[in-house]
Amino acid sequence: MNQTNKPWEIEGLTEQEYNMIVDLLGREPNYTELGMFGVMWSEHCSYKNSKAVLRNFPTEGEVVLQGPGENAGIIDIGDNQALSFKIESHNHPSAIEPYQGAATGVGGIIRDIFTMGARPIALLDSLRFGFLDDEHVKYLFEEVVAGIAGYGNSIGVPTVGGETYFSNSYQGNPLVNAMCVGVMDHEDISTATASGIGNPVMVVGAATGRDGIQGASFASDELTDESEEDRPAVQVGDPFMEKLLLEASLELIKTGCLVGIQDMGAAGLISSASEMASRGETGIELDIDLVPKREEGMNSYEVLLSESQERMLVIPEAGKEDLVEQIFSKWDLNAAVIGEVTDDGMIRVLNKGKKVAEVPARILADDAPEYKRESKEPDYYNELKSFDIDSLFSIEENRLTRKDDIDYNNILESIITSENIASKSYIYEQYDHMVQINTVVLPGSDAAVLRIKGKDKGLALTTDCNSRYCYLDPERGGEIAVAEAARNITCSGGRPLAITDGLNFGNPMKPEIFWQFEKSIKGISKACQALNTPVTGGNVSFYNENPEGAVYPTPIVGMVGLLDKLEYATDQFFKNIGDLIILLGKTESELGGSQYLESIHGHVKGRIPELDLEKEKKIQETCLELIKAGFVKSAHDCSDGGLAVTLFESSIGNLKGADIKIESNLKAEELLFSETQSRIVISLAREDKEMVEELIGDSIEYQVIGEVKGERLKINNLIDIYIEELKTKWEEAIPLKLIK
Amino acid sequence: MRFGIVTFPGSNCDQDLRYVVEEVFEIKTDMIWHKEDLENNYNAILLPGGFSYGDYLRSGAIARFSPVMDSVIDFANQGGLVLGICNGFQILMEAGLLPGAMKVNNNLKFVCKHVKLQIKNNQTPFTEKLERDQILNIPVAHQEGNFYIDDRGLDKLKVNDQIVLKYLNDSENPNGSIENIAGICNKKRNVFGLMPHPERASEDILSSSDGKKIFESLISFLKEGVN
Repeated sequence: MNQTNKPWEIEGLTEQEYNMIVDLLGREPNYTELGMFGVMWSEHCSYKNSKAVLRNFPTEGEVVLQGPGENAGIIDIGDNQALSFKIESHNHPSAIEPYQGAATGVGGIIRDIFTMGARPIALLDSLRFGFLDDEHVKYLFEEVVAGIAGYGNSIGVPTVGGETYFSNSYQGNPLVNAMCVGVMDHEDISTATASGIGNPVMVVGAATGRDGIQGASFASDELTDESEEDRPAVQVGDPFMEKLLLEASLELIKTGCLVGIQDMGAAGLISSASEMASRGETGIELDIDLVPKREEGMNSYEVLLSESQERMLVIPEAGKEDLVEQIFSKWDLNAAVIGEVTDDGMIRVLNKGKKVAEVPARILADDAPEYKRESKEPDYYNELKSFDIDSLFSIEENRLTRKDDIDYNNILESIITSENIASKSYIYEQYDHMVQINTVVLPGSDAAVLRIKGKDKGLALTTDCNSRYCYLDPERGGEIAVAEAARNITCSGGRPLAITDGLNFGNPMKPEIFWQFEKSIKGISKACQALNTPVTGGNVSFYNENPEGAVYPTPIVGMVGLLDKLEYATDQFFKNIGDLIILLGKTESELGGSQYLESIHGHVKGRIPELDLEKEKKIQETCLELIKAGFVKSAHDCSDGGLAVTLFESSIGNLKGADIKIESNLKAEELLFSETQSRIVISLAREDKEMVEELIGDSIEYQVIGEVKGERLKINNLIDIYIEELKTKWEEAIPLKLIK
Repeated sequence: MRFGIVTFPGSNCDQDLRYVVEEVFEIKTDMIWHKEDLENNYNAILLPGGFSYGDYLRSGAIARFSPVMDSVIDFANQGGLVLGICNGFQILMEAGLLPGAMKVNNNLKFVCKHVKLQIKNNQTPFTEKLERDQILNIPVAHQEGNFYIDDRGLDKLKVNDQIVLKYLNDSENPNGSIENIAGICNKKRNVFGLMPHPERASEDILSSSDGKKIFESLISFLKEGVN
């Protein structure tokens, strides 16, 4: 713990910020008030270091009903229905207490969604760890997955997708980002606003304990060897309680008696109260005595800052208190009036009849300082970018003359058994991915597809971020994350609609980190603009560092898309022997930053693939046209690992091989493993070839590369493998690493 | 015809069951809150999957004390048809309507995937539309599905032909259950519990529709009874 006599430092504030508070209040804050400022002005709650940059995001579009600023974004999906979705990180708690950290991350994001009035229908998880040859990483990995499973399975929201990547940069600081998606009718859209002077303010759900105090501040600092001491700052989740809270809250929202509702997550009661009042331009007076507590003797500071899980702050119309109590008591939950909405704009806190804090809500919630941090291009940027990949081959050039020496089957096997490409079934089989019986395309394909009951349409959901790319070139890496997510949605038969982003970076006080942050946002914004997928919200997680340095910049894009008809649902797996295989797009010489370079040569270097957003858009539009016309039997985004890995991944679902012959001037390695963007591998019935070619016209480059055939994957004279054998190795790769 | 579906606090497959029974099989349902009694004359009572009471203590161990269970037990004792799926199966065992107990899966992890099952007794109201030894593909999703019973109990199950459903073989068995048992009935054949989720495999749009046969059997049995 910090050794200091300066009260603001204990609360994680600077002297300058303290002076600002004194100026704004016209007096010195007392102990409780300073604690309130400490959490509300932390990065986690105030986005003080990121706000200025985040303004660059395109946040408007015809489908957007609610952009950033509420608990979660909302988009229109037609038929009087709306979708609420958001991604959130729980990185620091998961580094210290992985099971509970991950579990409460899931609990928190689910609350954000049903707070908006939506029934949560899907979860996705985007995880990053160090490599699995380290004992502590194995522990973090197993516990994080178990924590997500423990919470999501119990509450009955299926975990339908996500991604897990491994790199040394996440060694001591795993990333745990959870995304939740919910559906609602337009009239059930709720807001987190306190309005109606005299309306009661009620806390519902679990009782308040001492857990998680200052979690928001803890999340806004770097992890150190002493961070283990902050274990009490990690909350403990109770999915059973949250299941009851979810049902009771949705039942309550349906009654139409609510003025406002907000979950209590980071910074607990003080955050919910001040944000709701600030949005409604009102005040809230609340009495600590009236808050149901789990422990004796909690002081005002503790009650206000507690991050006990499974609680909500609700404001019903005056006179409807009994209705709220009735619904919550049916579910055996607390519902207590703790105060009321006032007209003076103040958050006023009473305890045992005495006023213990009185601060304008707006100052707490909105007046945190905004910083534009110093930004500087890191030295590594140009150095790694200019890495000459051909130098690797000049050694092998000699070997190329003795071609037999290079066994591309072995190279392919090494790549597909690397943690990053290996099957993630070990993870998703621990998650209930079918509850609610909507999952049409199961985990393991490009995007998960869910039906919407009672309607002939579906949702496509995905998360994406190649952090190797983002490290080597954060701007284009950000663009590619959006483009790939959209490509995943398209391959599944959906129209990309909007994104939420989980922005995970190191310490923003370091100019090189802030540069990564700025550049990533710029790239994401550019791609979102081009692909017409506005940003409806998300989360910023800074200070993801460990003693060895910062994590790779990891701006995770969570994207939702709409299938206008459910019959458009498409997966990535070859279906019938004799079908033709077409590559939409064209492979270039782009091995920089590739999985091949990392797996085979141990390098994270080079110039990452180009991205032409206009071309990307055309490829995706063409693919979706073909799907809608009913020609596409399988579609798979060609990205991580390149064409060889893509073809392998299309073969394994139904154990249908492929015979591929491609004419190309590229080196064998480039042909097989280059990660050129804007490519999709589709399969179709042979008799549809002419109609497909006519439909494609000359809008994009494409090539018929072979046919679905037999039980082997053959690519030119380079690859010849038995699918089932390699599939077994691909499936066993992660479990084997965990045993060793 | 009307089915009652019991909702315990923490049930999370109750709405899935309702959807399938009503939308796929066009049978009316009532959702019965666990604090209530069975009021109507139901043709069948369904106990859904989920995590009743968070599965705290032991799956189903607290739910058996829910007020509704007294009338479910009476209903079963009078010959009423009771189907327990996953957590519902666990509750039926805890309530003494079915023999045996559930241990945690042998790999200690939750498992959700499609598994191959084999019908071992088609002479029950829940399986009469199926062939003996017929193979079904239906998903499981549980952490405590490792069915266990002592030797004497196992002999009784065999003698009375109460083993209705097995995992096809050891490699399809997701939890290590004794003799690959996936579902059993009581001696009178009117109470059936199974770990797999037939309601997750009852529509063509989902990955399998093999679960339909269980509901079709139940409905056909009831219709024959009515005639």
